[in-house]
Amino acid sequence: MKIKHKSVETRYMEARREFFNGLARVDRRSFLKISAAAAGAAAASGLIPYHSFQPVAVAAEAQPAFKFAYISDSHLYEKHINDRFVRSLLRAVEDVNALDPQPDFVLYGGDLAQLGRPKELKLGAEILKGVKAPLRMMVGEHDWYLDLGAQWRELFGAPTYSFDHKGVHFVTLNSVVERDFWTARGLTPMQRMMTVAGLDNGVQSPFSVGAEQLEWLRNDLAGVAPTTPVVVFSHSPLYKLYKKWNFWTDDAEDVQALLARFANVTVIHGHTHQILTNRIGSIHFHGVLATAWPWPYAPEGLPELTIQMSRPDPFNPMDGCGNGEVHVHADGLVDKVYNLWNRAPIIVGRRYLVSNGKEAVPPAPNRISY
Amino acid sequence: MCVDFVRTGAGKGAVAAVLAAFALAGAGCEERSALKRPAHGAGGGGETEVILCDGSTPGAVAAAATGQVLADSLMDQWKRAHPERDWVEVEKEQHELKPPADNSALLKGGQGPEHPYGRVTKQELLLWARETEKFVVEGSRIFHSAELLGSTVAVSCDMCHPHAANTHPETYPKYQTQLGRAVLLRDMIEWCIENPVRGAHLSGDDPRMRALEAYIIAQRSGTVMVYGKH
Ligand code: HEC
Repeated sequence: MKIKHKSVETRYMEARREFFNGLARVDRRSFLKISAAAAGAAAASGLIPYHSFQPVAVAAEAQPAFKFAYISDSHLYEKHINDRFVRSLLRAVEDVNALDPQPDFVLYGGDLAQLGRPKELKLGAEILKGVKAPLRMMVGEHDWYLDLGAQWRELFGAPTYSFDHKGVHFVTLNSVVERDFWTARGLTPMQRMMTVAGLDNGVQSPFSVGAEQLEWLRNDLAGVAPTTPVVVFSHSPLYKLYKKWNFWTDDAEDVQALLARFANVTVIHGHTHQILTNRIGSIHFHGVLATAWPWPYAPEGLPELTIQMSRPDPFNPMDGCGNGEVHVHADGLVDKVYNLWNRAPIIVGRRYLVSNGKEAVPPAPNRISY
Repeated sequence: MCVDFVRTGAGKGAVAAVLAAFALAGAGCEERSALKRPAHGAGGGGETEVILCDGSTPGAVAAAATGQVLADSLMDQWKRAHPERDWVEVEKEQHELKPPADNSALLKGGQGPEHPYGRVTKQELLLWARETEKFVVEGSRIFHSAELLGSTVAVSCDMCHPHAANTHPETYPKYQTQLGRAVLLRDMIEWCIENPVRGAHLSGDDPRMRALEAYIIAQRSGTVMVYGKH
């Protein structure tokens, strides 16, 4: 059956995608034309969202070598318990499947499940089977602390692995290793899971990568030339931002030390559910959006390079959520695209980080965290 | 409570005894419950026997219970078995709470024994702090519990507002466009209960609403009030 009627939302998404795709393809002059056309089309159909179309960073200065997409932090319960989170993940899958051209692969950034239950993880695996591009999985603490990874491994394999793609060395870590806080307290597996699942629950321990994986990483990187671009996936940010919410990796310095000899390193992390940007020496860090809910910015420790996203609108459950793309340049540095569902996309570009925040500055928010 | 105590003429010793009991209970629940068999994954009905956190009290939970139901039901059974133990300490250990203001300066000075107004004892200060804190801690428990909030989608406030972040109690009253009027903090709490949390309506004087308000305001202690701020 041919579908004649398109919903307001579908038409808006189409107009926006057109605008968005145009951005990456064109030079500055035609960029402005497309931007105006897309904004005009959106205005004509009465679809200017809450945060109206803003020109995002000027079209990339060079074509990226390749792109991958990401989906993250879906926090699934079984459908009969909470269907909203399920619908959000389905929407993200639709989004990445609609990308034209298709990304080389899709990163899942962790926290597929809310309480690590087999039914949650299996539901997630089933939905992610719908992703057309190859899928790369990363684990989050919500996936792990009920059975310490048993079900996750069964579904997705080892959480720590590396691969090479078009000249870039990719590494995926399990950065949510917690010290055993449960045995001494006699916690049940579910009590352990519930403790870790509370972002502001102080009984749990800080995240870390741990000695075993550090050793693995040392060996893995041993044969990689310092000129090879390296991209690392970790669920928690591989630096120390805010310990009380585990926006934090306890042995981050050890990981950074192993990465220091490479000319260009990009870390893509989940967990923080927000636009987050940092740079430590040659290592560029980018957060990703969640599909489930956005998180407030931590009350202290925000990296200087981070340009916040405007505070979410509580009246729209999808606001501040989304998915996105990573445009990888030949040198391994990336343009990070935040595809916010309720707003114009925001690109935190390679040039912004390389220039230490002086060039290609993303649009500033007017509703910052306080 | 303080007023009650004065009117009924109970001796100060009684208050001191109550406070001592609180202090003794301060150790809280260090040893948690151990499940005899796992309650998750079973899917079906029936109950799972558990041993509560003291290592001896037997209890039972529905095998199909979700995590939060499970946690709360265990907590309730444990509290019934140990009325003397201190759930306040348990909650405080989990969710760092701001302490109430320090009023110890009130112990100094005053206008002499002939001027009873302004005379404050150490016990009274302890009582004020303890009761105020308990109110806030109860709010924290509700804020962090989908079950106590009556959520039909297993969502609690802390999932989006860790440590009550982005709740901005100091900005009320303020106009909320989508509600079409200027509202109080409790109206926005109510909105979040009914919408993201998908819970049942709580009236403004419901004890749970009052406790939630207490917790949220307490977490922003020290912030300057600027009503109408967006
Ligand atoms: C699914 C996410 C979500 C959940 C769950 C949630 N909220 Fe909210 N709430 C929001 C967002 C987003 C905002 C807007 C925050 C901002 O303005 O920075 C908000 C705003 C608020 C505000 C007003 C803040 C202001 O700036 O005026 C209050 C108060 C509030 N929430 C309380 C609660 C309480 C209490 C609960 C639990 C009953 C709760 N919320 C559950 C997402 C949520």
